[in-house]
Amino acid sequence: MSTTTAAHHDDHGHESHGHPTGLMRWVKSTNHKDIGTMYLWFSFAMFMFAGALAMGIRAELFQPGLQFVQPDVFNQLTTLHGLIMIFGAIMPAFVGFANWQVPLMIGAPDMAFPRLNNMSFWLLIPAAILLLASFFVPGGAASGGWTMYPPLSVQGGMSVDMSIFALHILGVSSIVGSINIITTIFNMRAPGMTLMKMPMFVWTWLITAYLLIAAMPVLAGALTMLITDRHFGTTFFNAAGGGDPVLFQHVFWFFGHPEVYIMILPAFGILSTIIPTFARKPLFGYASMVYATAAIAVLSFVVWAHHMFTTGMPVAGQLFFMYSTMLISVPTGVKVFNWLATMWKGSMTFETPMLFSVAVVFLFTIGGLTGLVCAILPVDIQLQDTYYVVAHFHYVLFSGAAMSIMGGVYYWLPKWTGHMYDEKLGKWHFWTTTIAFNVTFFPMHFTGLAGMPRRIPDYSQQFAEFNMISSVGAFALGISQLLFLYVVIKCIRGGTKATNQVWEGAHGLEWTVASPAPFHTFETPPQVK
Amino acid sequence: MSQDNKSYFLPGPSFWPLISSISLFLLAGGFTMMLNKVAMGKPIFIAGAISLAYLLFGWFKEVIGESVSKFYNKQVDKSFRWGMGFFIFSEVMFFFGFFGALFYARNVSVPWLADAKLLWPNFVAGWPTSGPGLTEAFTAMGPWGLPAINTLILLTSGITLTWAHWGLMKNKRTQLKIGLALTVLLGVIFLYLQMHEYAEAGFTIKTGIYGATFYMLTGFHGLHVTMGAVMLAIILFRVMKGHFDSHDHFGFEAVAWYWHFVDVVWLFLFIFVYWL
Repeated sequence: MSTTTAAHHDDHGHESHGHPTGLMRWVKSTNHKDIGTMYLWFSFAMFMFAGALAMGIRAELFQPGLQFVQPDVFNQLTTLHGLIMIFGAIMPAFVGFANWQVPLMIGAPDMAFPRLNNMSFWLLIPAAILLLASFFVPGGAASGGWTMYPPLSVQGGMSVDMSIFALHILGVSSIVGSINIITTIFNMRAPGMTLMKMPMFVWTWLITAYLLIAAMPVLAGALTMLITDRHFGTTFFNAAGGGDPVLFQHVFWFFGHPEVYIMILPAFGILSTIIPTFARKPLFGYASMVYATAAIAVLSFVVWAHHMFTTGMPVAGQLFFMYSTMLISVPTGVKVFNWLATMWKGSMTFETPMLFSVAVVFLFTIGGLTGLVCAILPVDIQLQDTYYVVAHFHYVLFSGAAMSIMGGVYYWLPKWTGHMYDEKLGKWHFWTTTIAFNVTFFPMHFTGLAGMPRRIPDYSQQFAEFNMISSVGAFALGISQLLFLYVVIKCIRGGTKATNQVWEGAHGLEWTVASPAPFHTFETPPQVK
Repeated sequence: MSQDNKSYFLPGPSFWPLISSISLFLLAGGFTMMLNKVAMGKPIFIAGAISLAYLLFGWFKEVIGESVSKFYNKQVDKSFRWGMGFFIFSEVMFFFGFFGALFYARNVSVPWLADAKLLWPNFVAGWPTSGPGLTEAFTAMGPWGLPAINTLILLTSGITLTWAHWGLMKNKRTQLKIGLALTVLLGVIFLYLQMHEYAEAGFTIKTGIYGATFYMLTGFHGLHVTMGAVMLAIILFRVMKGHFDSHDHFGFEAVAWYWHFVDVVWLFLFIFVYWL
């Protein structure tokens, strides 16, 4: 059918009569599946780019001394690696999953605000351009760390402004996207889909969206104060004017800690979907999973200063944040035990998504336990800003968030493309990724405990062996992801035809529609019993 | 145009998302260049502002058109309510960050600077202060002049707006129009007095942490009043054109929610920035 404006005008409300093809299908899209696909590809591109920055970091750290990059460039690499991985790779990937799966899982025809949904996606592009272009302005990219602490971020050049505005735009995107997701979940559920019947993935995203709406505006406030301190003579972060650089850290981490859970709660949702499927048992303790997720979300707002144990705080404050942080291990432990109980006496098979999920349960728990170590105030004073912290957050963010994303991609890829992926290559991707990841990051626990500081391009001789091992692992980890790309493309182009249910043990509305999922689904809401 | 009002309205393909992306890119890029004295900054920023205005005008025009054509059923109306509610919640959190900075400065950083005698042994904690390093004298803003009058103005505007809403629900269109016009007028008077206060103020945004928090909080509040007044004026214009009826008027209610939110923020400003 014709796609002229006039035709489109007549079609108002009846999108199915004609949608643009070619490039315009994506640019003008109001379809949750297309927008989800764009989110996922964008996040993969950013994942590869920020991964390439990490390759630069590991190349420099392969040996002590300075080989490839100067210290200022090294700092740019670490800063942009962090910023792009968090805001460009992990967060958009989860929004991509939400776009694809939430309407399918709750039996909705689309998201509540389809145009705003596409706006959330297209705002990512200018932000990415600003971040990538900041490498080419005088002085190079931002180099004060992804946390952008003053005074370094007040003194930095034009690239700091570019990063700040990129984050402002990403914040708008996240807030609009979250409002959309919450509204969809509350208002678009099929008849009979009560809140406590919702799939766990929908629950985790509902709570994540709350966290985003509460946390992102606070980041916007911190960034705005940074801009006025840089250019308009305010003294928020300047002691001479009665301000305090530590104020930035408080405001930033008030955003930053919920942000950590924004990046892990949807991953928990993916695990809670995959594990019951391949254990062929319902999720153990569904209600307790819901409450645990909510408890993690509430606690995430009262633990922020555990990132700042060494930057100046009364002892009473330090103790409060130490205990509140440790409290988080209770709901997190509930989740881990529930996954184990789900697998207990299940008839398990280990397809690639399940392999990723089991690995995440194991490796994320390691990251959670090192987090508990870091939460202990006297220990943290020793470990602050060492490679132990780097190891900790890569165990939760790579083997927690990123590997859950990979597992989720394998799990839903047949539903998205209509083809089964290559199981053998998928398993190869899993094993190379998991082994290379551990080779990269496990030694960092040792170098960190021995006192190697992070964000420094050179190091003392005694760390040489462990760093060389880490670098070899990192290169293997990077190359493994090309295999991931190959498996995904191969699956899109063809393969064994997927059935509607795809997995023997899969349950839920998304498995009742055809594979690949048709352009429009659930135009008449299904009845949920 | 007959519409099947039973199903949820799903809009067709739209260019507005791309235009929003382009306009924010121009605004952010242009502003960055202006801040860093790059020649092309200003024209790029202006182009961004124009495209943003075009975007807001065009997109809202499309949505209003869909609304008056009765494309939206009860469920869509409910979506708008959820959406607006959470948007206001995000705004609350934005101000929360700045209020947090104010409390931190008053209760933590300034007392600490006075206790630590290393750098500035003569500095005494107190509020308002421009900090230990800036010694310029300034006069702080008291609560009982213009700010108190402004409080009365905003509170009154909340009443006139509710009165207008009653008029709308009882189908008394004249009461609705008068109430809305009065609300817009009170908003404009508030903004005028606020500008007057800025012009007469005995300090600037550079006057230490006091000036920084004062202008940041009142400035962003003023910006929100401006947006609210513009939105109210648009609602008034739509009322003149005969939009809204006693049952179906969420556009009006959304702006009213927003206006009351701005009102509440002002009360906190009055107490914590001007008074205490």
